[in-house]
Amino acid sequence: MAQAPTRAKRKNPVLRTPLPTLPPHARSRVALGLTAAAARGALELQVCRDCGAVQYPPREVCRDCLSSRLTWRPRNGDGELVAETVLRTAQELYFRERLPWRIGIVRLDGANLVVYVHESVGRVPRRVRVEAALDRAGEAVLIAVSPNGRTDLSADAKLREMTCDPRGRKILVTDGKTVIGQAVVRALAAAGAEVIWVGEAEPWKKIAGSATLRDLPQVTMVPLDVTDSASVRELAGEIGAKVDILVNTADCHRTSAIGARGALDAAQLEMDINYFGLLRLAKEFAPLLKARAADGPASSVAWVNVLSIFALANYPPHGTYSASKAAALSLSQALRADLYTAGVRLINLFPGPVDDEWDQLEMPPKLSPGALAAAVVAALQGSLEDVYPGEVAQDWLARYRDNAKALERELSEGSR
Amino acid sequence: MKAAAKKRKTKEAPKKTNQKTPKKARTTAAEPANDHLRGWLRMLAASPRLRLVDLTQTLSPDFPPIVLPPEMGQARPFRMEQISRYDESGPAWYWNNLSFGEHTGTHFDAPIHWISGRDLANNSVDALPVEHFIAPASVIDCSAEAGANADFLLTVGHIKAWERRHGRIAAGSWVLMRTDWSKRSDPVAYQNLDETGQHTPGPDPACVRFLVKERNILGFGTETIGTDAGQAAHFKPPYPCHYYMHGAGKYGLQCLCNLDLLPATGALMVAAPLKIREGSGSPLRVFAIVPMRRRG
Repeated sequence: MAQAPTRAKRKNPVLRTPLPTLPPHARSRVALGLTAAAARGALELQVCRDCGAVQYPPREVCRDCLSSRLTWRPRNGDGELVAETVLRTAQELYFRERLPWRIGIVRLDGANLVVYVHESVGRVPRRVRVEAALDRAGEAVLIAVSPNGRTDLSADAKLREMTCDPRGRKILVTDGKTVIGQAVVRALAAAGAEVIWVGEAEPWKKIAGSATLRDLPQVTMVPLDVTDSASVRELAGEIGAKVDILVNTADCHRTSAIGARGALDAAQLEMDINYFGLLRLAKEFAPLLKARAADGPASSVAWVNVLSIFALANYPPHGTYSASKAAALSLSQALRADLYTAGVRLINLFPGPVDDEWDQLEMPPKLSPGALAAAVVAALQGSLEDVYPGEVAQDWLARYRDNAKALERELSEGSR
Repeated sequence: MKAAAKKRKTKEAPKKTNQKTPKKARTTAAEPANDHLRGWLRMLAASPRLRLVDLTQTLSPDFPPIVLPPEMGQARPFRMEQISRYDESGPAWYWNNLSFGEHTGTHFDAPIHWISGRDLANNSVDALPVEHFIAPASVIDCSAEAGANADFLLTVGHIKAWERRHGRIAAGSWVLMRTDWSKRSDPVAYQNLDETGQHTPGPDPACVRFLVKERNILGFGTETIGTDAGQAAHFKPPYPCHYYMHGAGKYGLQCLCNLDLLPATGALMVAAPLKIREGSGSPLRVFAIVPMRRRG
């Protein structure tokens, strides 16, 4: 019988499930600058502030004038592929398992970059665009792609492994009751997910929209309450060994200022869902995801958290919510470190105010749940780990990177 | 002996002046409470066989708590986190930490729970007279009506019809509204919420006034999440069973089960809430001692 084209071939149960191997991932502190930019989907190279020379590989002092005043700057990536070769032997296990590798040198802004050459790029010499992506160990790699159009990593067999494409995968969305959760489920279904389990807490509370998720052929509703350890443990036992991607949409957002009556009660609930909920999920599901990280073309690949731009700096009108998201952000970093040991990527989304009932009084622009869901899918299809969807999130990120303390004061002005 | 008896009597004297044990609450008002207890126990002892019936739902995370709009304060549902289970956190022992709101699972409502009872003396669970923890139960079977209509309301007419068959409801007794609602094991059916709120049976305002003023009962018990009907927020006054009962120092019991195993009259019920300082209620184990006519 013919399989659906999106479905991976079923595994042979008599064979040992392969263990994940990782590309070499030791980096100097200065080299992590490349990774930091790639994590949010950007290509940055060091530029000398004295002579203007662009640097590669990352270094402590300028290759031309020996100045130590090097600054990371975004590059548009336009360059020329001037040499290429094919690597046919390798000592590193990750490379060895995937031979051969097509690598090349790109001349870009006066620097020579060692890159992986996308399958769709023709032979040297030719114009290319260099992009930064994250490999399975979470470190930056440079890729030469065709200069025109959108880059499709999944069109290249090796680069596809660096994405977390939802196509053909089995995905758990932890809460299908929020408008964001519903939008994420629909977007993942449209992106070709094979199975979507949708968590449902407090099933007696019927929410318009969540009931119609059942009509999607990919969707199975499952009981899951992230405030209840037993519930998380039970679901992990039932489906955990099948989950390829976990998207944590469970969220509690109250809008009490910290001095408000009932603020403690609301804050505890926010922490119980936003922070302890993530911890309970991590405890039960992370070991299962790590065990299947090399399990064929539909292996486990990613963990997605919908956080908030309020995680970067506290927005006092939503003070306790901001704090719970900051706690979740911190915890997610520990979880990311753990997941990367098996090559499973953790992606955090930091949306600004969303067009839902809890951000009702926030002024536009507000991110639509559909736009946020599209950002989740795009992040999985691409190769990055920090996503700031929408104008407000981008603005806050820029301010935060420029001067975190100034952002704190700007945000507190709003509550005076 | 006599001196000891006298001493006990004087010790109990202040309790008789307690606002929540009005003299007419007693069938034989002049007697101290333990004389009532003796009478009830004598009746039970005269029965050839006794049966114990557990009226308590199991506390578990799956048992639904009351639903309020999300911007309001919320009663925490029952949660259990393991401390150790014969492991490195506790090599030879198993135990858990629990968290839950006072009004979780099968639970007791004290008068301080409602604004109408806030100024009464001894209105919190730690201050309740201990003799109130054992009392006879009158069980009104509304299972057919509630089965046909989730919004069924118990009226004075129903009470009087019941009394014509079973006799006058005794002062100081629990009145239990049997609806068989506890047999709804699916929490969705048990909550029975739609976009207009909850639909569960309960007493109407006049019925509550009658039970408080004309019958002076100890409290009102139900199988649903509240002593009030699901739509009671729209009654006049809102939540009449809470308002009138607690305003008169009476109690509430909710989320009871196995009421179908109780006789209409004759069962003696034990319902002792946890002793929580200034507590407005608590989960508790409720059971009844039921006299049986003959060995069977």
